[in-house]
Amino acid sequence: MRTWVWVFSVLVVYGFVLRISADQKARTERISGSAGDVLEDNPVGRLKVYIYELPSKYNKKLLQKDPRCLNHMFAAEIYMHRFLLSSPVRTLNPEEADWFYTPIYTTCDLTPTGLPLPFKSPRMMRSAVQLISSSRPYWNRTEGADHFFVVPHDFGACFHYQEEKAIERGILPLLQRATLVQTFGQRNHVCLNEGSITIPPYAPPQKMQAHLIPQETPRSIFVYFRGLFYDVNNDPEGGYYARGARAAVWENFKDNPLFDISTDHPTTYYEDMQRAIFCLCPLGWAPWSPRLVEAVVFGCIPVIIADDIVLPFADAIPWEEIGVFVAEEDVPNLDTILTSIPPEVILRKQRLLANPSMKRAMLFPQPAQAGDAFHQILNGLARKLPHDKTIYMKKHGPKILNWTAGPVGDLKPW
Amino acid sequence: MKFSAWQQSYANKRSSSFRASSGPLDSSSDGSIKSASAIFWLILHGLCCLISLVLGFRFSRLVFFLLFSSPAANIYTAPFRSASELAQTLTLYSTPASTNIELPAANRTAGITASPNSRVVVGRHGIRIRPWPHPNPVEVMQAHRIIERVQKEQRLQFGVKHPRTVIVVTPTYVRTFQALHLTGVMHSLMNVPYDLVWIVVEAGGATNETASIIAKSGLRTFHVGFRQRMPNLWAERHRLEARMRLHALRIVREKKLDGIVMFADDSNMHSMELFDEIQNVKWVGALSVGILAHSSQTGEESSASVIPKEDEENRAVPVQGPACNSSNQLVGWHTFNSLPYVGKSATYIGDREIVLPRKLEWAGFVLNSQLLWKDAEDRPEWVKDLDTLDHADEDVETPLSLLKDVSLVEPLGSCGRQIMLWWLRVEARADSKFPPGWIIDPPLEITVPSKRTPWPDAPPELPSNEKAVTGVQEHTLKHSSKTQTSRSKRSSRSKRKHDPKTVELQLPGRHSEN
Repeated sequence: MRTWVWVFSVLVVYGFVLRISADQKARTERISGSAGDVLEDNPVGRLKVYIYELPSKYNKKLLQKDPRCLNHMFAAEIYMHRFLLSSPVRTLNPEEADWFYTPIYTTCDLTPTGLPLPFKSPRMMRSAVQLISSSRPYWNRTEGADHFFVVPHDFGACFHYQEEKAIERGILPLLQRATLVQTFGQRNHVCLNEGSITIPPYAPPQKMQAHLIPQETPRSIFVYFRGLFYDVNNDPEGGYYARGARAAVWENFKDNPLFDISTDHPTTYYEDMQRAIFCLCPLGWAPWSPRLVEAVVFGCIPVIIADDIVLPFADAIPWEEIGVFVAEEDVPNLDTILTSIPPEVILRKQRLLANPSMKRAMLFPQPAQAGDAFHQILNGLARKLPHDKTIYMKKHGPKILNWTAGPVGDLKPW
Repeated sequence: MKFSAWQQSYANKRSSSFRASSGPLDSSSDGSIKSASAIFWLILHGLCCLISLVLGFRFSRLVFFLLFSSPAANIYTAPFRSASELAQTLTLYSTPASTNIELPAANRTAGITASPNSRVVVGRHGIRIRPWPHPNPVEVMQAHRIIERVQKEQRLQFGVKHPRTVIVVTPTYVRTFQALHLTGVMHSLMNVPYDLVWIVVEAGGATNETASIIAKSGLRTFHVGFRQRMPNLWAERHRLEARMRLHALRIVREKKLDGIVMFADDSNMHSMELFDEIQNVKWVGALSVGILAHSSQTGEESSASVIPKEDEENRAVPVQGPACNSSNQLVGWHTFNSLPYVGKSATYIGDREIVLPRKLEWAGFVLNSQLLWKDAEDRPEWVKDLDTLDHADEDVETPLSLLKDVSLVEPLGSCGRQIMLWWLRVEARADSKFPPGWIIDPPLEITVPSKRTPWPDAPPELPSNEKAVTGVQEHTLKHSSKTQTSRSKRSSRSKRKHDPKTVELQLPGRHSEN
């Protein structure tokens, strides 16, 4: 009898504690992705990844030469390698591996100003693939269909920063069958393969944490944007850069008091985003940018102006419900579009953004935490399992990949 | 070189679009015809290149435009559409000489498409500008409503859970600067997001002037008259204001108003965070008040005479308020040090000297209104009843007289470190004249050019400044105002620099310069 009384009182106390803590938390809403609540899946135990041993000239030496690679927005490839090295999904036995990872840092050749040069990347990738195909039989077994590569550059595995050249080159022929983990995503684009996994660009988590302001600071900016509208070095007239969308934003809204837009680089950039309701995320030379990550982390509703863009983890995150999509041709009516959104919809979007699992899924924290972008990548890879039997090549059957395709310059050894 | 690159890509596009467009047609049999047409296009292309080189712009596209132009579509509605239409149609083409983007330039080239099915095309796009690219007031209002709703939601989630009514006590009286000060306080109070009750106590009885000012607020107000007139000496004024505030507290007790009582003197400045912070008070709270002891002296004079060398840190704004130890407990009070100003402070209203506050100002305290009720059961024992102060009215300097135990006052604003209100007393002389209600009615007919004004060292007047500006009485922050009949306009800005010196000559009875 007494034990029941004890149990009952413990339960009552527990209930009280729960209720009090629920009161204090911000109201958030659970994110149900299109494939169910996949953001909270745990990939451990669902897949095994084998990491190839590449000579350090493909990874460590590049990093030693230029440690800036750790901080720029393409750093996901380096952090993914480090995460996999110590992750429980790693296996040292390639026979039982479901996926094979090649640790190659293709975006670590930086100019003095910090921009990556992609000109040697195709050759580097080719030479790495040659190495792994000659040293181990697993590449030839499937011609790379159970391998994945992290290619976070502007146009993914097309390895060029100019869109026209990238389209001309297309995806590196050797990587046609592999799964590409890339930041670039645009529907019906040559550089996005079917089955690629889109990831967010790297944004430094500690830096963003350091700039958090109290949640009760009222959001008083309606629309916020900081960045270029005209790329005066490469496209002074406008029209090429961002397909004219950024220039249209400037020309239409430069005197609108609701739009806090300029080309400044303020030190309070992160704080200002936390005081804004909408943050514009228009395309630049490529459709993706770290602005999306920053907007999600700071609770500002992203307004995505990029036709046919494929957003990170699009099969797990319902971006339509979280952000606002505006077609590039509708940019002159942006103010009408944004002010005609009913306040309840805006509040719901803010609740979805406030969900901590949403913010975690966009970040690459060190050390890795549950539910972060590393785990979402593994979840994406796990969802593609089990591999279809047809990917395995017949013993002496015809080869699919053409090792001599592509521009002549790519065939030179690296 | 960009030009040649474009030519090359143009050639690529032409060949690829031909491949694309001839795809659906029967491609296999037209080998010879295809090569003839290809040669033809090549020659034409080369000719256009030469002409373009000579003329210096993209002549080739102009030719194709003329040859193949579809009806020029309105660029603001025409969708820039798919690749299949590219080979035939080109839309409006602007002259490259005018690179001004403001012109409706839909300079759309047949660029490379990302793929045959894609809507999105690489290449130069027009910069879409709508016909009138300026804000629409209806949308601006809608946006403000959205912002308000978002902020309300934020307050619900992160702000004060159970906000209490704020009861504001303001003593005032009719004078030159009353409209200035009272409107300032009123606008602050109108922005407070909580319920508000404003008790305005007016010395000399309730007047229509004050009533008309506070009626514009739309707040719930109690406008009460106090029978005594406001005296001219600062010391007496401070005492009378204390009595007026006690009178207001009695009203709170009579009407049993529930909330938090704060004292907003009409010339003080309040920040919005103040009203959020005072919601945290339990019984009696104390805030830090920044004292803006105004001096109308010019820089060198005041620093030489008023601030001695060893008080250099006093150049910072003096602050009155609670003092805490490291564990955030109240241990004492920062009060106003009036020693540096001995003998130099203002005595009568309108004096040009610095107006000093008391040791601790009423404005820095907030009370829970339940302390004032007659028979409140929850009232702690360390609070006296308001009735006991009725007979000792003369000496009530701060609300601390209501307390038996001063150490139980709660320090607010992170223990006094945040300053959320500022104390200032700026008044015109008691005999200064101003138009009643600050409305000049009927409008002045006679305008006198300021050139005739006998300013001793005035520079020659510019003609544009001679025009009369009716109804403008410039508010200056100087204590003094003109004792001569109020002018209808001010002279030019350059003259204002001469004001201090000239005013001295004109005002009788001024203290001589110290």
